[in-house]
Amino acid sequence: MSGILNSSIGRKFAMALSALFLMVFLLQHFAINILSVFSPDTFNDVSHFMGTFWVIQYLLQPVLIFGVIFHFVMGFVLEYKNNKARKVSYAKTSHAANSTWMSRNMLLTGAVVLAFMVLHFIDFWIPEINTKYIVGDMSGLVDPANTESGYRYYEELVHKFHSPLRVAAYAISFILLSLHLLHGFNSAFQSVGANNKYVKGLKGFSKVYAIGVPLGFIFIALFHYFTH
Amino acid sequence: MNLTLKIWRQKSANDKGKIVDYPVSGISPDMSFLEMLDVLNQELIEKGESPVVFDHDCREGICGSCSLYINGRAHGPQTKITACQLHMRSFEDGETIYIEPWRAEAFPVIKDLMVDRTSFDRIQQAGGFISVNTSGNTQDANAIPIEKENADKAFDAATCIGCGACVASCKNSSAMLFVSAKVSQFALLPQGQVEATDRVLNMVKQMDEEGFGNCTNTGACEVECPKGISLENIARMNREYLTASLKG
Amino acid sequence: MSILDSKIPEGPLADKWTKHKNDINLVNPANKRLIDVIVVGTGLAGGSAAATLAELGYNVKAFCFQDSPRRAHSIAAQGGINAAKNYQGDGDSTYRLFYDTVKGGDYRSREANVHRLAEVSTNIIDQCVAQGVPFAREYGGLLDNRSFGGVLVSRTFYAKGQTGQQLLLGAYAAMNRQIGRGKIKMYTRHEMLDVVKVDGKARGIIARNLITGEIERHSAHAVVLGTGGYGNAFYLSTYAMGSNVTAAWKAHKRGAFFANPCYTQIHPTCIPVSGDHQSKLTLMSESLRNDGRIWVPKHKKDVEAIRNGSLKPTDLAEEDRDYYLERRYPAFGNLVPRDVASRAAKERCDAGYGVNQTGEAVYLDFAAAIERYGKEQAYVKGLNVDDKKLVTDLGKKVVENKYGNLFQMYEKIVDQNPYETPMMIYPAVHYTMGGLWVDYNLMTTVPGLYAIGEANFSDHGANRLGASALMQGLADGYFVLPYTIGDYLAHDIRTGEIPTDSKEFDEAEQKVRADIDKLINNEGSKSVDYFHKRLGKIMWNKCGMARNEKDLKEAISEIAALRDEFYKDVFVPGTQDEYNEELAKAGRVADFLELGELFAKDALEREESAGGHFREEYQTESGEALRRPEFQYVSAWEYKGKPSEAVHHKEALEYENIEVKERSYK
Repeated sequence: MSGILNSSIGRKFAMALSALFLMVFLLQHFAINILSVFSPDTFNDVSHFMGTFWVIQYLLQPVLIFGVIFHFVMGFVLEYKNNKARKVSYAKTSHAANSTWMSRNMLLTGAVVLAFMVLHFIDFWIPEINTKYIVGDMSGLVDPANTESGYRYYEELVHKFHSPLRVAAYAISFILLSLHLLHGFNSAFQSVGANNKYVKGLKGFSKVYAIGVPLGFIFIALFHYFTH
Repeated sequence: MNLTLKIWRQKSANDKGKIVDYPVSGISPDMSFLEMLDVLNQELIEKGESPVVFDHDCREGICGSCSLYINGRAHGPQTKITACQLHMRSFEDGETIYIEPWRAEAFPVIKDLMVDRTSFDRIQQAGGFISVNTSGNTQDANAIPIEKENADKAFDAATCIGCGACVASCKNSSAMLFVSAKVSQFALLPQGQVEATDRVLNMVKQMDEEGFGNCTNTGACEVECPKGISLENIARMNREYLTASLKG
Repeated sequence: MSILDSKIPEGPLADKWTKHKNDINLVNPANKRLIDVIVVGTGLAGGSAAATLAELGYNVKAFCFQDSPRRAHSIAAQGGINAAKNYQGDGDSTYRLFYDTVKGGDYRSREANVHRLAEVSTNIIDQCVAQGVPFAREYGGLLDNRSFGGVLVSRTFYAKGQTGQQLLLGAYAAMNRQIGRGKIKMYTRHEMLDVVKVDGKARGIIARNLITGEIERHSAHAVVLGTGGYGNAFYLSTYAMGSNVTAAWKAHKRGAFFANPCYTQIHPTCIPVSGDHQSKLTLMSESLRNDGRIWVPKHKKDVEAIRNGSLKPTDLAEEDRDYYLERRYPAFGNLVPRDVASRAAKERCDAGYGVNQTGEAVYLDFAAAIERYGKEQAYVKGLNVDDKKLVTDLGKKVVENKYGNLFQMYEKIVDQNPYETPMMIYPAVHYTMGGLWVDYNLMTTVPGLYAIGEANFSDHGANRLGASALMQGLADGYFVLPYTIGDYLAHDIRTGEIPTDSKEFDEAEQKVRADIDKLINNEGSKSVDYFHKRLGKIMWNKCGMARNEKDLKEAISEIAALRDEFYKDVFVPGTQDEYNEELAKAGRVADFLELGELFAKDALEREESAGGHFREEYQTESGEALRRPEFQYVSAWEYKGKPSEAVHHKEALEYENIEVKERSYK
């Protein structure tokens, strides 16, 4: 097993594993966010739980951060190596004849998603970490002094989606994420060596996931933009 | 038919090379693509110029010599054939046709459209065989029945002609389809099991050392492969490699 | 007594090979390390020989002109490989394979060699399966067989239409294993340009690196040529563009006798020539004759209508078709041997019944097979056997399963759908039975110089049966040469490395350089192809499927004249220090121009018809080949400076185990 990351297949395998992990995370994230549409209270309760439960905060959160960083770094490493494998390029290419745009532009779609995540971190994650671990407010309340003031998560969410610019950026990023997933979902299975009739059966599901989940995120953003 | 050819000319491995335009006329739609190049070469020879160098031999789609990147696609606009099987009826009168060599660092250009594909040979030498001596004292051929489905799949993988269209088509110049076809052929047969672990590790190691890129599963190789070798083979090799890594 | 000593061992036929193996000298493993062997050519014969010799412990240097050993033209063999396994239980045996091969060769091959071939044939299949060659299998998991022309049993093993490729990849894999171990040093893109003889023995070669143009000297204790046939003398053939006679011809010029050059196989099922631009012909596997029926129209008016497009072949009524093979040869029908099928096609086309514009094509029709298989399938599946469309669809599926890739290839080339309209086929040059004369040990008349596979003459007589070329190539390389070469090399264990700075190497290299200089500096005006095409026309028209004295005499003088013209007027562009395909081609065509003359001379000398050699003067009343007992010998030609001065030697052929009969497939 040693040195597996030094081999092309090993790198792809690691890339696929991190992708599969991120896709599970994304689904989980979506499941919680969509609660904000149906029930602000449940959304608040679940958010508070996620934000304070130690297993999630101290174990899963670092794994997630590592996964995200690993996936991005490895993506760039692979792209660099792939570019090196063909230094003189063709004068004429007809890539569209044999492969999808999505499959050829994972770096581009990935980079946009990365840019979005930076925004997302600035918007949510950094203030959250600041509140909880720097300021030391672990209560999750709008006003920590007033236990009756209720959780702040829903309010923060609604507040962020007031800006049409942010909503637009959000929507564009998720469209690109969808394109990223349209190739990435099946590709991850192929990279871990799963390409049998069961995996082929997943093709339909992969489309539903790759289009449905990002669309759902966009829906949430638009919902809050128009209803508040 | 009258055509304008834009052909990559490069005197030697160290030369820089460039695209040169050649008009050709009087091409019959019944000619094969290589016969069309023969016509051009005869004209060039008559003019005292050096003919365009390209690899070719059997001219019936099986030796895997021909390696032309035609109008942005390996072996030209048709699928499931090699450039030598491509006929001029696939083109329009007056068309401009780009003809370039396979492009990959692992396939350096030797001259014009001819590239060095010995990296493929070296990958095979690293493990693309079953270590059985040719004594003739092996067991009877029918001693081990092989499930027809596996035998057929092994055959499909074994039909690879080693032309390198997979590498040429891949945006990453990855050789995964080629290597996986050989690994799969043996992985699907009982004879191949004994050395399976070493084979896949050694072949992949050699593939990486040759400087081919990483597979990003675009599927271009499968589309352009003249023998239609399936991506399933790549998945199978990934599987073989990962289990072999755990063992080894 | 002839100076040709075939060295056939004494004793009963079936024991000769075993006895011989027990009697000959062996080289001990430690000494094998001290011995170098050069193998030129990496097809089935050369590749398998190189791998096996390296496994045994010899230091092998292998050469091929292609960029990889895997691309040798054995790869193009489609149909299959024969072996007397009798897996089908249909009465096959070593003797039957031996008998069929001798009869198929029109009693012009050596009994002992052919019997040995039949004996080792079964080992080949075992060996290849062990190597992972994916032969076709039945649902029970056992190997499948099909039948081929000229025999009454199913003994042909196959891997769809790519048997040659799969077998070659097996040999290539075996070579790779030895290359990886350092036991084979592989020289790709190298062309052998001369054999070097020291003290009368073959001790090395001069080779040209095709990329750099460098002339190299390579020494060894023995030299093996597995360089294939010379069918490209005809310009148009099913051979690869690079296939050539140069290695064999240079060996001939150094003293190896050339045997039976006129025995050429013209394969009946090739895609017809479409125009002057054509560079090569494409074979459609003989296996197609298992299910395809060959016909031309019965009446000239229908021929005219088909040619001008007013009548579709599918619309011609059954009774207006002439299934001439079934008519003439009821016992074997469409599965007569290749020479018979080819001549029959030529006979019909010469009589004016050819079905395409050039008048040189006959139909190969699958409609009957599609219907038969379709009905069978419908019956098995319990569907309506009278539903025409259903039956046709089911039948097409079966045919597609069997021949799909061939049908697809045909459609790509001809632009017609063979499932809907019959294929058009015409004979084309495909294989040469003649080659360097070798004894039972596969050694030529030059000590230490061996010839294997198609490059030698030994096993197929005047005609080769389908699926036997692969068998012979692998038999020679895997199972015969590795034994017999030891007998010779046993005397070389103390010789030590052969130096390459001897005067013999100097002389050979200078000669090669002089030949190249002459070609490259020639201030001519015509391209190499111009001469090659002209040679091909002479060969095809005068030394082709039917030959006669007048034509052959003309061919001899025309080829000699063309050769003079070639040296006067050929133009080779570029330099010799670079990759220069024209220069390589010029050297090859120069040799074809000599061989062609010897070919015609041999055909003229052989005043009989046998197998692939058909002399119009010698035929039965019904137009069948007329063999003559006084020609029951091998012609071996000794080089004396010019083809016209070649000296004729005869090796008498004796048949002790087979009665020489009229070869009948009726």
